[in-house]
Amino acid sequence: FRIKMSTGILPSRMNLQLFKIKAVSAKKGFDLLKKKADALKKAFRGILQKIVESKACIGEDYNEAMLGLAEATFAAGDFSRAVVDHVKKKTPVRLTVHSDNIAGVHLPIFTLRHEEDNSDDNSLLGLTGGGTAINKAREKFTKFLKVLVTVASLQTQFVTLDQVIKVTNRRVNALEFVLIPKIKFTIDYIDKELDEESREDFFRLKKVVEAKKQRQAEKYANNDNKGKQDNENAEEEVMVEEQDAFDDDDEDVFI
Amino acid sequence: GQSPRLFLQRERERAMAKRSLEQHDALIAVIGDEDTVTGMLLAGIGNVDARRSSNFFVVDSKTTPGQIEEVFTRFTTRNDVAVVLINQYIATMIRPLIDAYESTAPAILEIPSKEHPYDPEKDAIHRRTKLLLGIRDQ
Repeated sequence: FRIKMSTGILPSRMNLQLFKIKAVSAKKGFDLLKKKADALKKAFRGILQKIVESKACIGEDYNEAMLGLAEATFAAGDFSRAVVDHVKKKTPVRLTVHSDNIAGVHLPIFTLRHEEDNSDDNSLLGLTGGGTAINKAREKFTKFLKVLVTVASLQTQFVTLDQVIKVTNRRVNALEFVLIPKIKFTIDYIDKELDEESREDFFRLKKVVEAKKQRQAEKYANNDNKGKQDNENAEEEVMVEEQDAFDDDDEDVFI
Repeated sequence: GQSPRLFLQRERERAMAKRSLEQHDALIAVIGDEDTVTGMLLAGIGNVDARRSSNFFVVDSKTTPGQIEEVFTRFTTRNDVAVVLINQYIATMIRPLIDAYESTAPAILEIPSKEHPYDPEKDAIHRRTKLLLGIRDQ
């Protein structure tokens, strides 16, 4: 497919220089972006690998936790209502979200934070029986939660990185398929125009000189009695004039 | 070349993006069956705010997909929730909404349930990675 390249640029030598510089920096930018895209892809694959590994642990830890819960329910009766009622504003288990610089991108990383809850609300749970079982269940669920937080962290990094990769790839492609060819086309165009211009100049010069030669020849043909010697002089003069014609300050030559 | 003003503006944007990621007491929300929610609350993630809205929701046989969707939207639009845990079988009930979820925060994590052990084929992230692995490996 062809992109419509406009030729609205003035084909001057200065512009030629300008666009050559643009081509160089566009190439440099392109190389840098490509390197960044490669680094991102590597990090991306690494995260993917870690996700697959962590998710494999989930099933196991979950089963453990559920077993613990079943045991606790068996020992202490159905305490689900009591747990719900004990939920307060001051949540002991929270997440800290840090931003980590991975391959030049700021990705979030979650860490589980446990604030020491000094109130005895939770320990009232198992008073009538099965307190140990409840505590064991709590431990297993905490372990399960840790794995979950790791996976969630990786997952968020994964999705963020995915978006960044898409943007970077778009910019790489834009450079490679739109900007750089456009600049190249402009450079070729200016080059061609400059060549054409200088060829035109040379051709015009030749024409003018030939015309002059003709006029001179006619002039001396009219004064035939002056003899051949004059003709030769005239030819020398024309030759000299020809050379002079190439000087820029010859006012007879109109460009 | 680049103007220094543009450069400074980009630096400021970058710093802001970095800061907006930082949170120190983000919550974990959970949408699950009674056992899952009980277990999670036992572990201590439960939170009830001043207006009595909570970060957990128990799904039973009478819960409609509409209600689940509403809770899901509520949890994901809160800016103090960093992770939403959801049983996979519940996620399947609102699969279109979850598949359409494109934001990076909060993270949606599908966890197994007692009756339905973890099936990687149904996991939204897993399906995307399979697709991506096919396309990204150039």
